Amino acid sequence: MKVIFHLFLQSATLGRKRAFLTIAAIAWGTVAILLLLAFGEGLKRQLGSNARAMGENIGVMWMSETTKAWKGMNPGRPIRVRIDDLPVLKSRLPELEDLIGEAIFWRTNLTSGRKTVAGRVKGVSVAYGEARKQYPVEGGRFLSPLDEAERRRVIFLGNELAEDLFGKEDPVGKTMLVAGAPFTVVGVMQKKTQMGAYAGMDKDHSIIPISTWKALFGRPTVNNLVLRVSDPAKMKDAIARTREVIAAKYGFDPADERALPTWDTVESQKTTRNMTVGIQIFLGIIGALTLLIGGVGVANIMYAVVKERTREIGVKMALGAKAGWITGPFVLEGLSYTLVGGAAGMLIATLMILGMSFIPTEGNQVMEFLGTPKLSPAIGAATASILGVIGLLAGYFPARRAAAIDPASTLRYE
Amino acid sequence: MSSRPEKNPLPTGRAIIEMDGIRKVYDTGKVKVEALKGVDLRIEKGEFVAIVGPSGSGKSTLMNLLGCLDTPSGGDYFIGGEKVAGLTRDALAEVRNRRVGFVFQAFNLLPQISAFENVEMPLVFGGVPPKVRRAKAAELLGKVGLGDRMDHKPTELSGGQMQRVAIARALAMDPDIVLADEPTGNLDTTSGTDIMGVFLDLWKQGSTLVVITHDMVLARRASRIVEIRDGRIVSDRAAEQAA
Repeated sequence: MKVIFHLFLQSATLGRKRAFLTIAAIAWGTVAILLLLAFGEGLKRQLGSNARAMGENIGVMWMSETTKAWKGMNPGRPIRVRIDDLPVLKSRLPELEDLIGEAIFWRTNLTSGRKTVAGRVKGVSVAYGEARKQYPVEGGRFLSPLDEAERRRVIFLGNELAEDLFGKEDPVGKTMLVAGAPFTVVGVMQKKTQMGAYAGMDKDHSIIPISTWKALFGRPTVNNLVLRVSDPAKMKDAIARTREVIAAKYGFDPADERALPTWDTVESQKTTRNMTVGIQIFLGIIGALTLLIGGVGVANIMYAVVKERTREIGVKMALGAKAGWITGPFVLEGLSYTLVGGAAGMLIATLMILGMSFIPTEGNQVMEFLGTPKLSPAIGAATASILGVIGLLAGYFPARRAAAIDPASTLRYE
Repeated sequence: MSSRPEKNPLPTGRAIIEMDGIRKVYDTGKVKVEALKGVDLRIEKGEFVAIVGPSGSGKSTLMNLLGCLDTPSGGDYFIGGEKVAGLTRDALAEVRNRRVGFVFQAFNLLPQISAFENVEMPLVFGGVPPKVRRAKAAELLGKVGLGDRMDHKPTELSGGQMQRVAIARALAMDPDIVLADEPTGNLDTTSGTDIMGVFLDLWKQGSTLVVITHDMVLARRASRIVEIRDGRIVSDRAAEQAA
């Protein structure tokens, strides 16, 4: 064994430059596949978290008009859920974690000191904070049950709206005017990258208790409902069930889906996930093709080596080497070129990805959307197995040629 | 001399080499060349046979068949009582390893490794354990007078010394037969005579030798001369013994 290994090492040192170039090609292919996969992974995570920024396991149900006749009533009747009916509806829907009414006043004057902007004011209940991820910046809070019960004049601001009104100052505890009425700012929303929205982005809305909202703007109905479930698999059933309960209360055909058009975010997040997995597979294939070119390089160099060592192979065969003794070193050599190149590529790619993670995503619109490349164990395993397969193949085919050499013809002449 | 004298026991009544109506046809696509046209050859244990003949007579083909480097197109071949026809490549490799020792005109030592490692090579392929292997290689190199050159690479040796290493390598597995193809062809007269002496010593110690040569001086030192011409054996006679 030691003799064979010694012979192998002695032969392997031949053609060092060629070996180096081949190893570099494999390393390059590995870098390509890793960067592409890591980019895909980053994109997947970023899109996922962006999509979840609006809220998880929620559905949004808008108020619209009936499209089917029901019990003698013509289609085209508007359906408007009343704020006061919400507790009753919720009590009939135990499958929902939360049923939140969202009442919106689209443009009203918001004034802080001498500054006035036209903004959006939403009236919601306390559960909205958790369901729609309205997390307060430290030092502030979201609405409380007492705010709602006592119809307090408190307001929670989206981060950009807060900046528009108060600049660099901390708005929490300050007084401002909403449609001429004084309100106390209780909290400002943490910055988030939101993909997917209805009724505008959260960063420039403002929120007050729904009881206060009703008193202030004098409208008894909601614009839409926010449904939250604990188990995303039950979202579809929960939506249908909610429609049934509302249909019974307001008198329309429960099969009339267009009376209450609904956005199932669980469904659309699934679509996003499938899309990003698709992108990742696509990127992986491109990377694998790059790596394959490196593999062809290794196979090529091994074919040349087989040709160079024809006599050596013939001698070994004459001395009684079985096929395994002939092919083994070639497979091993092809595999080791590939693995050394792969290891180098992995190191380089890891360093590059590590370096990229220091690029700040803050304030960079593109990066906020795409995210930074991320490595995962699955990516490592996929790359390693592709490398292994390519290495084995790159050694196997030349080795097969070596084993097919006719010893009689190689031994006779100098 | 062998540590395992009964490694390949020969069935009684059989010769080491038994060739019966051996034919070899090379098919080059357009033409078929019949290199051997029915050769009958029997070589007994302990014989020293010289095979002579002009170039193109078929002696190289005969050598390849004797050494199991190639298989015949027709006829029966038994080596040490074992039928060669129909064996797989790996089985042929095993037969070569156990039964045949080769000595080539061009030495065919592996240049990257030492003389010692070259001699070890067939023992590695034969699966001999390292301890036994090293002892055997050292013993054989001592026997051919290269005990002090074991760690030299082939390129650091003279032609005669290289051929001595090749002979040690041929003997490593205690083969049934040593096949030498023009063993003195690349050597000057002095080294040639020297190598001839080594072969004669081996024969006296009981080895079976087959030497292919066109050098009649060398051939006449053998016990038997087989002359081949146009793919047929044309004469088979005992040589006068000079030694």
